[in-house]
Amino acid sequence: MVVTKNTVALIGTDAVAEAMRQINPDVVAAYPITPQTAIVETFSQMAADGIVKTNFVAVESEHSAMSAAIGAAAAGGRVMTCTSSQGLGFMWELLYIASGLRLPIVMPNVNRALSAPINIHCDHSDSMGARDSGWIQLFSENAQEAYDNTLQATRIAEHPDILLPVMVQLDGFIISHAVDRLELIHDDIAREFVGELHPAYSLLNSSKPASVGNFDSLYGYFFEFKQQQEEGMRNALQVIQEVGKEFGKATGRSYGLFEPVGMDDAEIAIIALGSACGTVRSEIECMREAGIPIGMIKLRSFRPFPAAELVRVLEGVKVVAVMDRSDSFAGGMGGPVFMELRSALYDMPNKPQVINYIYGLGGRDLSIELTQKVINDLEEIAGGKEVQQKVNYLGLREGEE
Amino acid sequence: MAEELIEIRWHARGGQGAVTAAKTLAEMSLTKDMFFQAFPEYGPERMGAPIQCFNRLSENKISTYCGITNPAIVVVVDPTLLEVVDISTGLAADGTLIINTPKNPSEIRSKINLNGRKIYTVDATHISLEALGRFMPNIPMLGALLKATGLLTKEEAVDFLRNNFGKKFPSKVVESNVVAMERAFEEVETE
Repeated sequence: MVVTKNTVALIGTDAVAEAMRQINPDVVAAYPITPQTAIVETFSQMAADGIVKTNFVAVESEHSAMSAAIGAAAAGGRVMTCTSSQGLGFMWELLYIASGLRLPIVMPNVNRALSAPINIHCDHSDSMGARDSGWIQLFSENAQEAYDNTLQATRIAEHPDILLPVMVQLDGFIISHAVDRLELIHDDIAREFVGELHPAYSLLNSSKPASVGNFDSLYGYFFEFKQQQEEGMRNALQVIQEVGKEFGKATGRSYGLFEPVGMDDAEIAIIALGSACGTVRSEIECMREAGIPIGMIKLRSFRPFPAAELVRVLEGVKVVAVMDRSDSFAGGMGGPVFMELRSALYDMPNKPQVINYIYGLGGRDLSIELTQKVINDLEEIAGGKEVQQKVNYLGLREGEE
Repeated sequence: MAEELIEIRWHARGGQGAVTAAKTLAEMSLTKDMFFQAFPEYGPERMGAPIQCFNRLSENKISTYCGITNPAIVVVVDPTLLEVVDISTGLAADGTLIINTPKNPSEIRSKINLNGRKIYTVDATHISLEALGRFMPNIPMLGALLKATGLLTKEEAVDFLRNNFGKKFPSKVVESNVVAMERAFEEVETE
């Protein structure tokens, strides 16, 4: 690695704000909430200083932030907002309107636990609650990926085969407030990559009039609209990979639906989202040096969920641990990634055993010791030990860990 | 230094600039083409309450994002914390302790059980009062850390302050921090 002018030391939120500066959206409507606040602060300063041409709308709530974003996107603008936790919760009904109207809004979401009890730290319960809202969801391991994903999200959202809003997830505090080393892209390259938005329809295009958000009448086309949303989501499986490759050509950093690490000959594997992948990766590298056939899947695209691709990469694996930083409270069914992966594997002939670790809720640290415990469990199960418990709570203060 | 991963824990009180010092250390290590992290422990901090923040430094890419429990270096920015928190918790057996205190290392060693760990002391409170006219021990403590680790020379540290702080602060503030940094390099003591 060589330090260039574009090698910088930034906290995660500033890395995202830097991507927003380069995207230079027409409208940003946002409301501050911990730990996303720093994005709004930095970006609104850029807007006030005229560094971006963005019309920054200082709204009075997240409900209004998403409402304003929807209006501006329907008018034909390139629009962004950002939030966390309770803020995402307060946007709830609008999330479905943004995706139902096929508006390519991009929203960095700094993952934070949902109350109660009140907790400002990282888990994925905020965005997992929005998993059925029709938004694409990309997860970031570090500040570099939060920056890269934000730039790519614009291209993915606005792709004519998709036209769906995109959330870019980054872990609250762990990534959002940690100074990290990353490579920025030159402004010209970033702008050329992002390109210009030319919406097929917009409220302000008087030569091609359209109405937006109408009552669908009693026997209208609601059902067809919804099925088309799902088609857009399926198309995203392809487009996310294409955009990730193109990004790689421009920057040297390629992206796919997930990143397989050592999966070619892995007999045991861990699948995780976000910053946990960094800690898991470093442990896996140690285990690999000790000759243990272990791999990792860093799931980048949670929506769409790359079921077929995951099944392919898990062929030959004996045991998989799914790390969930949120719970579904389903009475023993485990966390959302666990449920979805097991569903994806259902038709697989020689499927691996799958166990679940719910960890890190409300910012509980995923330590190296806990990561090693997961790896030990996997080794024992691969060696023939019976699975004691499918769904495990990793790092609880009391009871069985 | 730093072929291996080096983990650092800072002990301070809210408002003493330790988070800024940790961030500055990260930025300084970039000038050496190193990889780094700087992160505070977030909680309900108030001005004056004990806080911790952390650094990871390495010549290789760092991918662990968990908390730091076994640091190689502990920096104590506020001398009154020695009686309040167990500053040596988890400190590696061959670790290094850098303390803001008017006492010398052997006096500190006689007070705290530190076995084979190295001790550096610097009177950062006194330096900051003289150089800055107020109690802001973060830059002299950063200077002592740089001297103890050899990460940057005094001249490189001063250049960094002038180049980077120069953009954000009036030159009088920058120059008084330069004096504080230089004095810490010169006055830090070890056994």
